Amino acid sequence: MSTPTLAAARTACVLRLADTNLVLAQRLGEWIGHAPALEEDLGLANLALDHLGQARLFYGYAAELEGGNRSEDDFAFLRDESAFVNLALAEQPNTDFAFAIVRQLLIDAYQLELYAALERSSDERLAQIAAKALPEVRYHLRYSSGWAVRLGDGTPESQRRMQVALEALWRFTPELFACDAIEQVLAAQSIAPDPAALESRWSASIDPILARATLQRPADASYPWYGKCGVHTEHLGPLLAQMQHLHRAHPGARW
Amino acid sequence: MTQSEHDWPLYEVFIRARSGLEHKHAGSVHAADAAMALEHARDVYTRRQEGVSIWVVRSSDITASDPADAQALFEPARDKIYRHPTFYEIPEEVKNL
Amino acid sequence: MQLRSQNAPGGRRAPGPKHRTPPLCNIPCVYTQALNAPAPQGAGGAAVEPAELTAAFLARVDADERIEPKDWMPQAYRDTLIRQISQHAHSEVVGMLPEGNWISRAPSLKRKAVLIAKVQDEGGHGMYLYGAAETLGISRAEMTAQLLTGAAKYSSIFNYPTPSWADVGAIGWLVDGAAIMNQIPLCRCSYGPYARAMVRICKEESFHQRQGFEIMLTLARGTAAQRQMAQQALNRWWWPALMMLGPSDAQSKHTAQSMRWKIKRFSNDEIRQHFVDVTVPQAQFLGLALPDPELRWDAASGHFHIGPIDWSEFQRVLSGHGPCNRERLEARQQAHEAGRWVREAAAAHAAKHASKEARRA
Repeated sequence: MSTPTLAAARTACVLRLADTNLVLAQRLGEWIGHAPALEEDLGLANLALDHLGQARLFYGYAAELEGGNRSEDDFAFLRDESAFVNLALAEQPNTDFAFAIVRQLLIDAYQLELYAALERSSDERLAQIAAKALPEVRYHLRYSSGWAVRLGDGTPESQRRMQVALEALWRFTPELFACDAIEQVLAAQSIAPDPAALESRWSASIDPILARATLQRPADASYPWYGKCGVHTEHLGPLLAQMQHLHRAHPGARW
Repeated sequence: MTQSEHDWPLYEVFIRARSGLEHKHAGSVHAADAAMALEHARDVYTRRQEGVSIWVVRSSDITASDPADAQALFEPARDKIYRHPTFYEIPEEVKNL
Repeated sequence: MQLRSQNAPGGRRAPGPKHRTPPLCNIPCVYTQALNAPAPQGAGGAAVEPAELTAAFLARVDADERIEPKDWMPQAYRDTLIRQISQHAHSEVVGMLPEGNWISRAPSLKRKAVLIAKVQDEGGHGMYLYGAAETLGISRAEMTAQLLTGAAKYSSIFNYPTPSWADVGAIGWLVDGAAIMNQIPLCRCSYGPYARAMVRICKEESFHQRQGFEIMLTLARGTAAQRQMAQQALNRWWWPALMMLGPSDAQSKHTAQSMRWKIKRFSNDEIRQHFVDVTVPQAQFLGLALPDPELRWDAASGHFHIGPIDWSEFQRVLSGHGPCNRERLEARQQAHEAGRWVREAAAAHAAKHASKEARRA
C-alpha cells in the first residue's frame, strides 16, 4: 500500500475505533433478554451501551474530519462489509457465554492500553474521547476478568468451555498488535501508538488473569486476520445485514 | 432445579448518593460472591448517577430488631422529651442558643 | 366490535412441561389478570388468625402506615402480595423480549442506545420487584421456577408479537402509558418494600413512555411507508393495551379486598377510562386513527366512549393461547437452561474460595 496521507490515516484510525466498538456493541446487544441470569442482562447491556457510546463519539469525529457529509448513521448503516474496519475479533459470534467473556476480556485489556496511549495523543479530540472512555474500559476489564476467573476456575464444564473459546478466539489477537502503513504514519505524529508497543503490557495484563482462571494461554496463531483493512470473517456479513436492513429499506427516512 | 440455583445468596445494598450523605438501603441483589454483588448493585441501582459509594452485605449477616420488641426498644425514648431542644424555653433576646 | 384477525389456535394447548395449575391470583389487575379464581389457601389450610392482630393490622393500613417485612400480616395479605409482586416482576422480565427483539435492528444508533437503556431498565425493574417479593418469604429461585413451568402468569400484553419497528413505539406509548397509570397509585400501597420499589420504577418509567411516543411521532411525520407502519402498529396494540388494565369491575369480585388492604387504589374501569381520555387526544395529535368505530367524545359525561372489548381474546391470551405465549416462555426457558453451567460455575468458584478464606481465618 502506498503511504496514506495524514488526513486519510487519521480518519481511518478513527473509523477503526468506531467500528470495533459498534460491532462489539451489536454482539453484546444480542444477549439482552437471554443472558445466564437477569443480573447479567443488565451487566451486558451496560457494556453494550458503553461501547455504543464510544462508537458514536468516534463516528462524530470521523464525520467532522470528512467535512460533515456523512452522519453517524451513514457510517453505521450505509457502508458495506469491505468498508468496515473493525477488529475481526469483535465480529466473532456469541457461540456461548464463554465466547462472549473471552472476546470481551481480550478486547478490554487491549482497549485499556490503547486508550491510555490515546489519552496522550497529539490529537486533542482523540485524547478527549479516550479520557472519557478509560473509566468505562477499566470497569469492563474488571467485569470480564472477574467472569473469566469464575468460569475458568469454576466447574470442569465451565473450564472446558473457556479453554475452547480461548483457543478459538486467540487467532484473532495478532491483528491487535500488527502495525500497518496507517498506524506508522500516526505513530510518527504521536497521534496514535504503534500497536506493537501495546503487546507486552497487554500480555502482562492477560497472563495473570488466565493463570487465576486456570486456563492455558494458546500458542500464537498462524493465519492473520485484517479486519482493520476490511478483510473480514464470514460473520460480519450477517451481522451487518441484520443491523442495517431496516435503515436501508427506507432510504432518506428519519427515525 | 439444582442445588446451585440456591447458591447465589442474597445481599442487601446500601448506597451513598453523594459525599456528605450516609449510606441508605436501596434494595437487594443476588450474587455468587461479594465482588459480583458490588457489580450487580452498581448495574441495578446506580444507572442514573445515584451513587458515589456502595456497600453490599450478605442478608444473612444482618441482625434486625424484632418488631415485637418495638415497644421495649423504642417506646421509652418517647417520653424523654427533655432530649429535644424544643423542650426548653429560652427568652428571645438571648442569641446563639 | 371485531378485533384484529386472529388465527387463534382453538383448543390446541401448547405442549410443554406438565404442571399443576395452581390457584390463579384473585386480584384482577394488570399484573394478576385471572378472573374469579378461587381464593388461595394458607399453608396447611386456612389458619385462624387472632381478631386483635387483624384489627390492629387493618387500623395501621387505614392510617396509611406502611407494613414492613417482619410485621404481622394476615396470611392472605402475604399470599396476595407474593403473587401480585412476583407476577409484576415476571411481566417486566418477559417484557424485555418483544422490544429486545428490535435492539439488533434499530434504525439509528440513537434509537439503538435508547432501546437498550429501556430494556435494561425493565430488567432492573424486575430485579427491584423480585427483591420486594423475597422480603415476604419466597425465594428468587422459586419465583423463577414458577414462571418457567407456566405456573405463574405475567401481563397478557407481552404475548403479542412486534413485527415492525413501529410496534416498539406503540409499546412505549400505550403499554408503558397504561402501566404508569397503574403504577403511580402503587407507590402508596400499604406494603413498604413494594411501595418503595414502585417509587423507583415510576421515576424511571416516564422516559419509557416518552421515547415510545417520540418514535410514533417521528414515524407519523415521516414517509408514507413510515406512517402506514405506525398506523398498523396502533391497530395492533390499542385493544390489547385496554385489556391489559384488567377485566371490568363487574367481573372483578375481589377488587374490594385489595382496596381494603390498600394494595389497589383505583378500580380497573376507572384506570381504563382515564387511560382512554388521556391517550385518544395523543393519537389525534399523531394524526393516527384509533381502530374503534364506536369511539366518540361524550359531552355529557366528559369522557371518551369506547366500543365493547372482546374479553374472549383476553381469556385466550391469559390461558396460554395468545400469539406468543409459547415463544415467550420458551425464550425464558432456553436462556435459563443455556445459562445453567454459568450459574453453577460462579457458585462453584465462590464455594472453592470461601473455604480457602475460612481456612486462612
